[in-house]
Parts: sequence; C-alpha cells; structure tokens
Amino acid sequence: MKQTSLTAAAAAPSARASRLREIGRTVWQFRAFYAMLLPGVIYYVIFRYIPMYGVIIAFKDFNMMEGIVGSSWADPWYKHFQAFYESPYFSQLLTNTLLISFYKLIFGMFPPILMALLLNECRVRWFKSLIQTLTYMPHFLSWVIILGILIALFSQNSGIVNRWIVEAGGQSIPFLTSTDYFRSILVGSEIWQNIGWGAIIYLAAIAGIDPTLYEAARVDGASRLNMIWHITLPGIRSVIVMLLILKLGHIMDAGFDQIYILYNIQVYPVADILDTWVFRTGLQQLNFSLASAVGLFKSAIGLALVLISNRLARRWGEGIW
Amino acid sequence: MVKGLEDRVFNSIVYLILALAGLCAVFPLMYVVSVSITPFAEVLKNGGFILLPKSITFDAYRKLLTESGIPRAFWVTVFITVVGTAVNLVLTTLMAYPLSRKKLPGRSFFLLLVVFTMLFSGGIIPTYLIVKAMGLLDSVWAMILPGAIWSFNVLIMKSFFEQLPEELFESARMDGAGEFRILWQIVSPLSLPVMMTVGLFYMVGHWNEFFQAIMYVTDRTLFPLQVIVREILMLTQQPLETVENMTPTETMQMASVMLASLPIIIVYPFIQKHFTKGMLLGSIKG
Repeated sequence: MKQTSLTAAAAAPSARASRLREIGRTVWQFRAFYAMLLPGVIYYVIFRYIPMYGVIIAFKDFNMMEGIVGSSWADPWYKHFQAFYESPYFSQLLTNTLLISFYKLIFGMFPPILMALLLNECRVRWFKSLIQTLTYMPHFLSWVIILGILIALFSQNSGIVNRWIVEAGGQSIPFLTSTDYFRSILVGSEIWQNIGWGAIIYLAAIAGIDPTLYEAARVDGASRLNMIWHITLPGIRSVIVMLLILKLGHIMDAGFDQIYILYNIQVYPVADILDTWVFRTGLQQLNFSLASAVGLFKSAIGLALVLISNRLARRWGEGIW
Repeated sequence: MVKGLEDRVFNSIVYLILALAGLCAVFPLMYVVSVSITPFAEVLKNGGFILLPKSITFDAYRKLLTESGIPRAFWVTVFITVVGTAVNLVLTTLMAYPLSRKKLPGRSFFLLLVVFTMLFSGGIIPTYLIVKAMGLLDSVWAMILPGAIWSFNVLIMKSFFEQLPEELFESARMDGAGEFRILWQIVSPLSLPVMMTVGLFYMVGHWNEFFQAIMYVTDRTLFPLQVIVREILMLTQQPLETVENMTPTETMQMASVMLASLPIIIVYPFIQKHFTKGMLLGSIKG
C-alpha cells in the first residue's frame, strides 16, 4: 500500500519530466525548421506585432520624450476618439472613404467581367494574347506614372483633352483640381489600371466551365449571345459573388497611394480619406495620439468587415475552388 | 446562312471592342512618349495632337539626366529594388518552407501569426514609431526592412511547396541531407516558377516604391525615383518650391514619367505570363 503510493508520487513528477523531455525532443528534431522561421518571426514581431501593441498610444497622451510605454494615459481613455468624433473631419472623412471605395466597387466590378467574356469569345489566339498583354500592363505602372498620364491627358493648360475642348470653342475644364471631377478621375484611373488584371480570375473561372454544355447548346441552336447569357455567366456567378463579398470586406481601404499621389489641396473636401488624413495629422502635424485613434478606428472596423465577408464568402461561394 | 452572318457580326463586335480596349491601354503611354521626345516649342505651337512627332529630340532626357535629382534617385531605386528583392526572397522562402511541412509542431500557430497581419495592423503611426525606434529613419533600409515579407507571398510560396512530392524530401533525408541543404539544393531549383512570380511581385513593388519613402525618408538624397517624379509633375499643378531651381517643361515632365516607367515597360512583355501564374496561384488559396 505504502509502496505503491510512494511510486505514484514519484511517478507524477517524472511523468511531467518525461513529457517535457518528449516536447524537447520533438523541438530538437525540428530545430532546422525553427531556425528557418526565426528571421521571419523576428520580422513579424518587430514590424507587425509591436505596432499592434503600439496602438495603445491611441489611449494615451503620447509624448515623444516619454515613448509609448512611458506616456501617461489619456483621461478619459476615449478622449482622442471623442475628439475625432466631434471634429468636423469625422463625417467628411468617413463619407469620402466609403463613397470612393463604394464607387470603385460598383463601377469597377463589371468592366473586368465584360473584358473576360470578350476575351473568351475571341478565337484568334495571337490577338487574344496581344490584347491581354496590353490591358494587364497598366497594373504594373505606379500611381506616379498614372499621375503623369493624367496630367498629359487632363491638365488644364496642357492636357490633350482640354486642348481639344478649347479648339472646339469650349472652356477648359480643371479636371484634376476641381471637386466636381476628382472622384471620377480616381475611379476611372483605377478601372484603367485594373481592368485586364481583374479579368484574369474570371477567365480562369470560365475555363473551368464544362465544355459539353456549350456543345449541347450549339446542337439546340443557341446563338453565341445565348450561350454567354445562359452558360458562361451562370458558370462564373459564384466567383462574381465571392469577389464582390471579399471586396466589401475592404471597403475601408479606399487606396492611400492612389489618392495621396493624385490629390491636391483644392480637392481635399472630396478626396481626403481616413488614411491620408491620418498620415497628414500624425506625421506632418505630429499629432500622434489622435492619428493613432483614427487609425485604430479604421483598422478595427476593417477587421470586422473582413472577417464577416470571409465568412459570407465561404458560405456562399462554397465549392468554387 | 443567317447563322453565319450573325456569327460574323458578333465576331466583328468582339474584335472591335477588344481592339478599342487595347488602344485605350497603350494610347496614353504612346502620347506620353511622343510629348517627351517632341521639341518643346513644337508642343506649345501644335497645341494638341502629337502622336507621331515630326521632329525628334532627346533634349528633355538629356536635361533630366544632367540637371535634376533624377540620376541619384534612379540609383536609389535600383539599390532598393535589387537588395530589397533579395532580402524579400530569402526571408519569404525561409518563412514559407517550414510552414509547408505539415508535420511541423506549432505550424498552425506560425501560420496564424502570418495570416493575422493580413487582417489587422497597428496602422501608420505606431509602425512609424517602431521604424523610428529602430533607428531606420532616413536610410535606404527604411524602404526595405519594414516591408521585408508580404504575407500574401508567403502563402503563394507555401502552397507551391506543398505540391512538391513527399518522396523527394524523404529520399534526400535518407541520403543524410539536412533541411537547409534540402531547401537550398533540392527545393529551390524546383521552385523556380514560384520564385520568379514572387520575386517579380516584390520587384515591381520596390520599383514603384513611394509610400515608405514619404513616411520614413526626409533626406532628399535618398528619395527614390517615384517621389522625385511626382515632385516634378506637381510643379505645374500647383506652385511648390522648385526642385533644385529647375522649372520643368511639359516635355521634361513626360520624359521623367518615361524614365520612371521604362524598366517595367521593357521587361514586362517577357515576364507577363509569370504574373498571371502567380495571380492564379494566389487566388486559388483565397
């Protein structure tokens, strides 16, 4: 009796020890892999996760001297959020962010689909690949290049479009500096940049449609247009829905680079979005806590939207890929 | 026979629209090229359509290459593109390869570590403070290190590595090769397609570098090409302080646009199919 309890008592710590040794052995066995992961993990911790911890400055009165940890807490803790909410910027920035993003979503949705359908109908191989090559290309041009192109086309005194307008007897139009046209410029340039690139995924989906469907339709005397409408489009419907949902998840991202590069002071009222404002307020006016609060506000809503949209996409887009 | 006619009309419409789309994609660039090589006097006089310039001059390019900040910016961009892409590829491969080994204990933890950053980020300001604390402000490394790994590219590579046959690894291990050696001598050569794709994504990203430069760099001598070109472009849009006392003409502006896009336009046709492959690889993982 006494002896068994003794051995049991002795066994307990040794069991724990052996489990530890077991874990140690597996880790040792995979040490090469962990060594490979090390630089990457260090990168993620320093440049991705410490900044996530750094968002606490949204709840502090950040002071450069004291640093993130040393700065004193804001009182009340939501002070900077409240300041933003009560500022005139709140509704303007939120409206601009959502509107620009929404316009891009709606107007940017169909051109790539149309492009994919047309390319799919194109039977001449070399022509198809030529057009594809040409229309993908803008995707790789930076927004600065696109700004250059927009200036060449639309600037008020030297743009080719305004020269035509003036030659035709009209008044030149400040396309790039007027609040009336700026959002159209944003959306239009985005479509120009991404139409060919966006078509790739639809083309892949079309390639996955069962070809016997088309043969059967042809036997039944369907026209090409009929086939597009009744076979191709329904065939890629789930991809369309899925991409739409996934894009809705990113509705808070109206595109920092594009807007920052293209905008100017005259169009701030219609072009300034959360990201560009955070950049100006935080880094140019050194208002770190307020800017972080706004950044956190945006990231938190963005996270929620992405999670919701991913879940919806998984439910409705099931079995596509 | 009605059918044949209908088909022909349909085809013509398809080809017409596609041709128009192709033209829309290249026309603006061709126009930029033409303006950049037309003598400025002719641009002013002509006041309109110059698609094929009557006389050609490379004055604007010569001026830009001798009198502006462009050459220095060009080398900064070349540096961050070459070194940055190398850093990206090494780190991304080292991250993706262990993650592709299904038996690795803690794999899902590391995967979560990577994927979560695609969903949430600390935002511009806290990231800036870290870069500052690391002492990277005003150095070329500020344009390389903070973006050293893109999670999306880790996932592309990981899904490629997962497709490699398991026997490959087992036989190599049997022959006594260590994991680093397997990665370097067996996996890497087989992974050329994905290395190419991911490398190209990184390269284009570095060549077009703008965001990190304006965030972390205030020293003008370290500005990459895109930042300088934007300054040159903005000069006529609104009066700013001049770039080194140079008032760029329209032809010079367009020449600067060409210089900033030329490398991409030149290599693009040769590497285009890799991008497509990468895009599809990435989307399959969703």
